[in-house]
Amino acid sequence: MICIEGLWKAFGAQEVLRGVSLRVQAGEFLALVGLSGCGKSLLLKHVVRLVAPDRGRVLVGGKDLAALSRRELEATRSRIGYVFQNSALFDSLTVYENVAFPLQEKTRLREAEIRRKVMAQLEEVGLEDAAEKCPAALSGGMVKRVALARTLVRNPEILLLDEPTTGLDPIVSGAILRLFAAAHQQRNLTGILVSHHIPAIFSIVQKVAMLHGGRIVAVEAAAEVQASRNAMLAQFVNGNPEGPIRPIGSRGQPARRTAPPGLEAVVKDSGEKQP
Amino acid sequence: MEINPSETLMEPLPARGSEHPRGLRFFARAGAGLLRLLAGLGRAGVFFGQTLYCTATPPLKLRLTVKQIWFIGWKSIGVICLMAVFSGMVLALQAYPTLRQLGSEGFLGPLVALSLIRELGPVLSALMVTGRAGSSIAAEIGIRRTNEQIDALELMGLNPLRYLVTPNLLAFLVALPLLGAIFDVAAILGGYLVGVKLLGLNTGTYFGEMGSYVRLHDILGGLYKSASFGLLVAWVCCYKGYYTQPGAQGVSTATTQAVVNSSVLILGCDYFVTALLF
Repeated sequence: MICIEGLWKAFGAQEVLRGVSLRVQAGEFLALVGLSGCGKSLLLKHVVRLVAPDRGRVLVGGKDLAALSRRELEATRSRIGYVFQNSALFDSLTVYENVAFPLQEKTRLREAEIRRKVMAQLEEVGLEDAAEKCPAALSGGMVKRVALARTLVRNPEILLLDEPTTGLDPIVSGAILRLFAAAHQQRNLTGILVSHHIPAIFSIVQKVAMLHGGRIVAVEAAAEVQASRNAMLAQFVNGNPEGPIRPIGSRGQPARRTAPPGLEAVVKDSGEKQP
Repeated sequence: MEINPSETLMEPLPARGSEHPRGLRFFARAGAGLLRLLAGLGRAGVFFGQTLYCTATPPLKLRLTVKQIWFIGWKSIGVICLMAVFSGMVLALQAYPTLRQLGSEGFLGPLVALSLIRELGPVLSALMVTGRAGSSIAAEIGIRRTNEQIDALELMGLNPLRYLVTPNLLAFLVALPLLGAIFDVAAILGGYLVGVKLLGLNTGTYFGEMGSYVRLHDILGGLYKSASFGLLVAWVCCYKGYYTQPGAQGVSTATTQAVVNSSVLILGCDYFVTALLF
């Protein structure tokens, strides 16, 4: 369903993605983990071609995004739901208007039908009472749920979630993740979830991939991740400061100034120079 | 015209060229600077072309456009009037003694009116609107960029330029000529207060001579000027907001650049439009 092949992306001298290859089968939900700033969100943006790669290609449903015309790209994007890290709600619109917006602008549905769909979607995420509120009046968890509602109301086949639980308390995070799991099961969605909410995410995804140093260093079944033999994945999942991934500033050594985002942590056994 | 901002517009500008050996660094930086300038101009040109395309083709976002006319035009009227009255008063106060020395104080009305209609009205109102509304629009679009709202629009299959830029362009085109005209009227009244009420000039002389010297061509020229400034301010402010760098500093820099660049371009453009029209 989603196939990423040899993806490279650099910003000036900073190579953020260095030959990323990843495959997500139809109906599969994959968690993408890695250090903050390692390029997870950037990788996700390549899947909807908000960013074009320097090298490599991204195929969605067998179609190379780079080869698509504007209309074809729009059609492909319409199959994808994307929940942004910042939720990206329109702050001048109410919750109802935010969720109704894509239907009003991109479909020819009557207003009554739109209202029915939007209210059903808001009910699904438990926000039917907040329909007339503005995003500024909502809590962080509610904002994330509105973003999910706005994404799901378009009936996507693929769901891309960029850190949907960041900044939320464990209970709200758990509730949000449960919503994703329910949506995934009910609608048989294919998806990629970028999250640091470990280990809660392992119960809702089938696979876990780890991005580090611009490459995918591990892809494992979610059920086996916590007993992973991959040293980097095991260190990351267990939150251990000691291991092949060395956090920035450990042992009093600064990161390289030219290091691209995510590469500040130097992998000892990857042959890269120490800072 | 195919519009794909993610591919044509969002690619970063060339690097600054600091990664070269020391001896070559100056040339590398100069070259990179030139490339950045050219790439920036090219990108601004493409942005302008795409905005014009969106403005000329349906669907037009009428509700958003009206809202922006209200924001840019209606909400600026107070400050424009205030600024205009004082500009007219100062103009009359400065011109009157010289005209009196020449025995031509009867020309105070035409002098005030022509200076305002041809020059000061369009320029000062455009500068004021740039500071009040242009900066706000640049910041708003910049925040939408950093909050990923522009990306969200794109992923919904909607062209962000139609929602964020075209309404502003149309609103500036409508509002600025009207504000320029309001500025002229308010400033002429300011000149009247000083010339007639304070310095004792005859009302009939002030307005009568004005009617003899101000031609339709002058009024239309002022309106054209205002419209061209509106186009310029909308372009620069929306462009700077659209390509803002991430973070609060990025938005702040974009806003400052929007106001400074717009103001400089207004004055530069003023010369060329004046040379063309008058």
